[in-house]
Amino acid sequence: MTDTVKTEERYNISVKNCNLFYGDFQALKSINMEIAENEVTALIGPSGCGKSTFLKTLNRMNDLVDGCKITGEFKLGSLDIYGKDTDINLLRKNVGMVFQKPNPFPMSIFDNIAFAPRTFGIKKKAELDEIVEQSLVKASIWDEVKDRLKKSALGMSGGQQQRLCIARSLAASPKVLLMDEPTSALDPISTGKIEELMDELKKEYTIVIVTHNMQQATRVSDKTAFFLLGEVIEFGKTEDIFVNPIDKRTENYITGRFG
Amino acid sequence: MSIRIKYEAELKEVYNKLVIMLREVELAIETSVKALETRDKTLAEETFDKEKEIDHLERDIEQDCLKILLMEHPVASDFREVSAALKMITDLERIGDQARDISEIALQFGDEAYIKKLEHIPMMAEIAISMVKDSVHAYINRDLALATSLDKRDDAVDAMFETVKNDLVELIKLDSANADQAILLMMIAKYIERIADHAVNIGEWVQYAITGSHS
Repeated sequence: MTDTVKTEERYNISVKNCNLFYGDFQALKSINMEIAENEVTALIGPSGCGKSTFLKTLNRMNDLVDGCKITGEFKLGSLDIYGKDTDINLLRKNVGMVFQKPNPFPMSIFDNIAFAPRTFGIKKKAELDEIVEQSLVKASIWDEVKDRLKKSALGMSGGQQQRLCIARSLAASPKVLLMDEPTSALDPISTGKIEELMDELKKEYTIVIVTHNMQQATRVSDKTAFFLLGEVIEFGKTEDIFVNPIDKRTENYITGRFG
Repeated sequence: MSIRIKYEAELKEVYNKLVIMLREVELAIETSVKALETRDKTLAEETFDKEKEIDHLERDIEQDCLKILLMEHPVASDFREVSAALKMITDLERIGDQARDISEIALQFGDEAYIKKLEHIPMMAEIAISMVKDSVHAYINRDLALATSLDKRDDAVDAMFETVKNDLVELIKLDSANADQAILLMMIAKYIERIADHAVNIGEWVQYAITGSHS
């Protein structure tokens, strides 16, 4: 597989002066953010504040939205995310995404995981077997599914499906994992497993998570950004944000005194 | 406007109990020093009940704070306020113990005349009581200036403690028969000096609750 970024490169994300419009509506306003590699960065804020929109700018998911206009500088390491020559498919291979609702493909567990490597040209069974096993191990679900790899992924529990989706992202050997409320549809046990997994995965990946669960942000993230009406109000170490926020609006939101 | 009605009510309950605990602690110090001054044994024994009541209040407030942490998951200034309350009650409880210790020592003097007039000890106690009071009031009223003023007032108590210590050393040098009482008076002065230190500790937690940093 060919990477758009060289292996010795750093995989931090640097966003400068990001503005995003849906038609006339400005959804993101002058956002600057340095997202460090090997850290979990949490994006919090009320519904409609732009955090998911921002997350999607990082792998150009907004390109698919009609009337969406984006300006600013977006870098993954030295790669210009919105560069003229940037291959979107390779970008998305490097920047994987996990959604709120688990979305396994209607095929076997094995084929779900092998999907991306096959797309990128890997045909040999031994090689695919290796990638599938490694991805499932990394997503902490191998032991639960190793005896039923040929069974449909749709027969798994919600929590298992979400870890399968994480494994599927990992199979493309990404550098960054974007997670949009990955546990909001899961029970506390599955949520706990995914949170533990994030702690493990950040050793290898840059992780950005959107969450409405304040406790989850405090548990899993190193840095937190608070979004409000399309702006980043405060961005800093999670402990500082949740113990001693600087901006009154951050304080009001996280303590539940918003509005 | 606040929409955390239940949380606000729970925190107010903690405030109310803290004020009650503070009142008991003030009375315990006052009573123990008065018992020492007036040589009133019944008064000295009253402190023992007060100390039990203070212990009980500590447990009660501790349970309330732990319940808030568990049920409300407070963050930011809410988290700092509840954490500060949890730490403060430990200091208040220790002050209660020290008031009891003073009373226990007061009872050990028996009916012997004091080797010296009690001058500085009641003065130290007066300052220490006002410091304890202000430390808790600084918390309730979020008064940072009051909280930070405690350090200076503690210096005054420390200076008086040194004076008491030097006076007692002189009395022992003068007549070794003074040694028994001198040691007891020295311990009382030390307990009061420690009470003032606890008030400073409380003041530091109040600073943390208000500013997020601890001096």
